[in-house]
Amino acid sequence: MILRLLALALAVVALAAFPLVAGNYPVKLLQEILIWGIFAMSLDLLMGYAGMVSFGHSAFFGIGGYVAALALTRSAGLTSALVLPTLAAGLAALVIGYFSIRVSGVYFIMLTLAFSQMFHAYTFQVSWLGAEDGIVGIPRPAAPGVDLGALRSFHGYLLTLVVLVAVVLWRVVRSPFGHVLRGIHENEARMEALGYAVDRYKLLAFVIAGMVAGVAGSLYAQFSGSITPDAFFWKTSGEALLMVIIGGTGSLGGAMLGAAAFILLQSLVSTYTERWMLILGATFILFVLFAPGGIVGVLRGRVGLRA
Amino acid sequence: MPAELFAQALNGLAYGVLLFLLSVGLTLIFGMLDVVNLAHGSFYMLGAYAGLAVVAGSGSFWLALLAAPVAIGLIGALIERSCLRPLYRRPPLDQVLLTFGFIYLFEDLVKWLWGGRIRSIPPPDLFAGSTSVLGATIPSYRLFVIVFGLVMAVLLWLLIERTRLGAIIRAGVFDAEMTAGLGIDIRRVFTGVFAFGAALGGLSGVIAGPIQSAYPSMGVTILIPALIVVVVGGLGSLKGSFVGSLVIGQAETFGKAWLPDAAMLIIYVVMAAIVLVRPQGLFGRPLK
Repeated sequence: MILRLLALALAVVALAAFPLVAGNYPVKLLQEILIWGIFAMSLDLLMGYAGMVSFGHSAFFGIGGYVAALALTRSAGLTSALVLPTLAAGLAALVIGYFSIRVSGVYFIMLTLAFSQMFHAYTFQVSWLGAEDGIVGIPRPAAPGVDLGALRSFHGYLLTLVVLVAVVLWRVVRSPFGHVLRGIHENEARMEALGYAVDRYKLLAFVIAGMVAGVAGSLYAQFSGSITPDAFFWKTSGEALLMVIIGGTGSLGGAMLGAAAFILLQSLVSTYTERWMLILGATFILFVLFAPGGIVGVLRGRVGLRA
Repeated sequence: MPAELFAQALNGLAYGVLLFLLSVGLTLIFGMLDVVNLAHGSFYMLGAYAGLAVVAGSGSFWLALLAAPVAIGLIGALIERSCLRPLYRRPPLDQVLLTFGFIYLFEDLVKWLWGGRIRSIPPPDLFAGSTSVLGATIPSYRLFVIVFGLVMAVLLWLLIERTRLGAIIRAGVFDAEMTAGLGIDIRRVFTGVFAFGAALGGLSGVIAGPIQSAYPSMGVTILIPALIVVVVGGLGSLKGSFVGSLVIGQAETFGKAWLPDAAMLIIYVVMAAIVLVRPQGLFGRPLK
């Protein structure tokens, strides 16, 4: 336990010190990994712990991004950057979740997909959100005393949030609530029979995951300075799903590793060949077939066994 | 005006029939294997490109209509045998995720082989012009698509409801384990149904070629409407697929003409409402 904590602390220090030794491009790549890592962790809370495979998680990523874009262009403070996007995504998750958790399996996939596509169709059409071009020129928030426009200070801000989110999610999955979620994943009927209000647990998990995805979306908007309807598109959900599977479901560290593998592979492969999607697809298929536990499963030496 | 309206309805019918050919494969595969095949749009796209290759090589659209589905069916059989079969004992979602990976694989493969630009497929000479139906002028090829699709619907219905093979498939959809217990080699039926579904996907790709051209992302674009059709009609139901396709075909065609801003939105709302109120879809069997 102490060793693990020490290793994690070392990893955080290394990530924090990275901009001191690396150039602009690698640092931006790392920041992208951290943002997608938050998004993947939030999806993993649903998929890996509660057993709810969503194809519409992009809805909350997009809402976080759009709300941040609208709020930051009016007042560039931390309320606009973090509080409003998180609350908006949480509210949307409450409404979408209220309907979606009534069905499960394939129907849950289709319903969440439909909801996220509604947002895509809407943002793609309406001019007040910039239609298909989205919103550009989003300012970064002005935190007291720091200029987040600079690469290094933004890095510190981002890393602080990643650690915060990871600690919160870690507390959630380790709590009695998290154990109930895993129980629901294993056997929903039994948990119901034991007297747990299964629907309420699922809804709460959905809302927490939605809020965290909203944070990721907002950070993405701040990082890139723009947000487009693509954020809502089902391929965004699909990519997060790829990350979670490649990293290993049911492990927060796995989701982060999956995001890192995905983005590093993408940037590495695309410098040598244009065939990035081919390699991604093949990698993903091989993982599903031979290493369903993902990278974490391989590291633990439990290939082929489900956690 | 009525003539224009009628032309619009015919266009919607042609699109609906195309959706039917595509979604019927999707629904059969789901009914039999319990797998929502997310790569089904990829079979459609591969079919269009296979058709393109055959037309380029032989100059015959009719040969393409025959050869492309066979090729895509073989690819389907290969995928089922090599990748899906080992996963049947795992949670069903693993198979869905696997088919998701093939979307990326196939789209990039096609870009590699044919490049990323749009390639048009000329309609067969016989249907190159346009025809006037009750005062409405529409491309002859679309009329051909409508007739072809309706004939296919009847043939599929006969195959599934009136033949021994169809009885085996229906039995397998109803209860695969029990069917295997009756001495039927259900594994071969699984491969056969997956290959057949893939071939139908490929066939609809060839049919779509002269209307929509061929481009790498066409599979992803058509996948969502096809999934909506299947969910609205009822997963595993042939009749549901048919009715769902025609309804969505008209809704999209008229929606785009009258309410261009809200057309797609409405379709998602309809699907969400059906999943909530009647999750088994219009013609699906009640959920267990």
